[in-house]
Amino acid sequence: MLTLLFDGIAYGMLLFVLAVGLSITLGLMNFINLAHGAFAMLGGYLMVIMFKHFEVPFLLCLPLVFVMVALAGALLERVLYRQLYQRSHLDQVLFSIGLAFMSVAAMDYLMGSSQQNLVLPEWLQGRGEVGEGAWNLGFGYYRLFIVGVCACLTIVLQLILSKTRFGSQLRASVDDPTVAAGLGIAVNKVFLLTFAVGSGLAGLGGALGAEILSIEPLFPLKYMIYFLIVVAVGGTSSITGPLLAAVFLGVADVMGKYYIPKLGGFVVYVLMIIILLWRPQGLFSRGGKS
Amino acid sequence: MNSPWTVFDVMAHHKMKWWEYLGVAIALLSPWLFSSHAMMVNEIAITALFAVALDLILGYSGVVSLGHAAFFGWGAYSAGLFAKHFNNDPLVGLVFSVVSSGLLGFLCSFTILRGSDLTRLMVTLGVSLIGFELANRLSDLTGGADGLQGVLMGPVLGSFEFDLTGQVASIYSVSVVLLVMVLLRRLVHSPFGTTLMVIRDNRLRAMAIGISVSKSLMVVYCVSAAVAGLAGALLAQTTGFASLDVFSFERSADVMLMLVIGGVGWLYGGVIGAIVFKLIQDQLSSLTPQYWMFWIGLLLVILVLVGRERLLAPFKGGKP
Repeated sequence: MLTLLFDGIAYGMLLFVLAVGLSITLGLMNFINLAHGAFAMLGGYLMVIMFKHFEVPFLLCLPLVFVMVALAGALLERVLYRQLYQRSHLDQVLFSIGLAFMSVAAMDYLMGSSQQNLVLPEWLQGRGEVGEGAWNLGFGYYRLFIVGVCACLTIVLQLILSKTRFGSQLRASVDDPTVAAGLGIAVNKVFLLTFAVGSGLAGLGGALGAEILSIEPLFPLKYMIYFLIVVAVGGTSSITGPLLAAVFLGVADVMGKYYIPKLGGFVVYVLMIIILLWRPQGLFSRGGKS
Repeated sequence: MNSPWTVFDVMAHHKMKWWEYLGVAIALLSPWLFSSHAMMVNEIAITALFAVALDLILGYSGVVSLGHAAFFGWGAYSAGLFAKHFNNDPLVGLVFSVVSSGLLGFLCSFTILRGSDLTRLMVTLGVSLIGFELANRLSDLTGGADGLQGVLMGPVLGSFEFDLTGQVASIYSVSVVLLVMVLLRRLVHSPFGTTLMVIRDNRLRAMAIGISVSKSLMVVYCVSAAVAGLAGALLAQTTGFASLDVFSFERSADVMLMLVIGGVGWLYGGVIGAIVFKLIQDQLSSLTPQYWMFWIGLLLVILVLVGRERLLAPFKGGKP
């Protein structure tokens, strides 16, 4: 029971790191980016390539992946995404689906359609146990590591958003880009940086989750719905909303698949629709800004 | 989407033009003209109808939906199951599918009334995923991942058996599709159609002049679901098969692409888009079957970057 809960939380934390970039870009630029999973997939593949074929140390791989995917995100933002901020949602959806499709086929071409396996370093394998009987908690070291890293990331993100100058600029640009620009904030630069960090985080999530989530060309489409659920249910106005939503989703998914495997993803989808009918702006949003 | 249309323009556009008659004639003759590609004609007719169904809510009412395959799939499975267990007359099956999809659409219409574009996107996508999961898991009833097999249809009108070349199937589909198109043409040129466009262009103003926004959206969503269900039913009946793929996300995305190729908010956009899309697909996927998805993606990206309105603007009759 507790073991399941722990696995669910680890999964949820991972989903949060994957989706937080999407949540920020959506809240900030009002841009529906269905290709967000492509960045995560890129991260996963880079991780596999570097760790497996070039034997870069595991802990060094993670920041490297982050930087590389962030650079890719920055490039795409500058060249393609920026032109679409002012367009209708339909255009954005079409455009990003197109990008997601292209990434799927391109990865298939480059790396083959089979799933990539990542063999973890020794110190992350194995599992520990605490407690007895009904309160027995078994945890894999790898999942513990994921929870640790994600928790640190969350705290750092929260601090950046609430304490630094950049965080204030970002929040100002989210609330009202026009006025923020009028106050001398370089809104475009804030956008660019945020987009890069967001996609970098997705890449990092993909790299971290390379062992749990299956890294394969269909990744962007397979997990797109999960990212979107996190964002839609969590709301885009804060960072705690998506975090809670992601953990909730992770636990519900793991529990649902364990106790009622016959229904598969059914539980999650029904829950999502009910929540969205009840609170269309997300479970944790403030007020009725649409 | 700022179209300076008045009610007089709507009236003026109501009359059938010469090229519309020509289109109907070609469509009616197509099962004979392209008799060696009858299955292709059949498929194009069905996807065109599906695209038009999506256009009703996307192009005319401005509701972005990523999960219209839900109704298509529902129609396909309900037609298949109905034929298998109750009555294998195609027309009775069609009526059953249309009614049941319409009812499903009514239930789902409550979900699209509230929230932002993102919420609607998620809810529609969620509904189609639930359909997919249901069809996958209820394998006793639906055949699961193997698809619904063993659907044997009776002859159309009691005398025309479906043959292997697909000519009867294509004649059947094309005539049903044309009939529905005529009805839909009537619908979008009616005051109700204009109401929908008003809601799309300015919801607040629509409310202010006394239009019941929720009611209109619910009605059009039901109609759209019923038409999508009809398209799905035609597919299941003419191929004698329904697979999980009818619910898939790719199907919803493909039909959106067709609509965009042909032009959104224009009754024939879906038809032209379906023809172009299917022909391109036929050509490209025979060249590189595995990487067909890449070309679709590229097409979408380019269409959006270049500006999809420009592609067919000259043909849309005065609409910018």
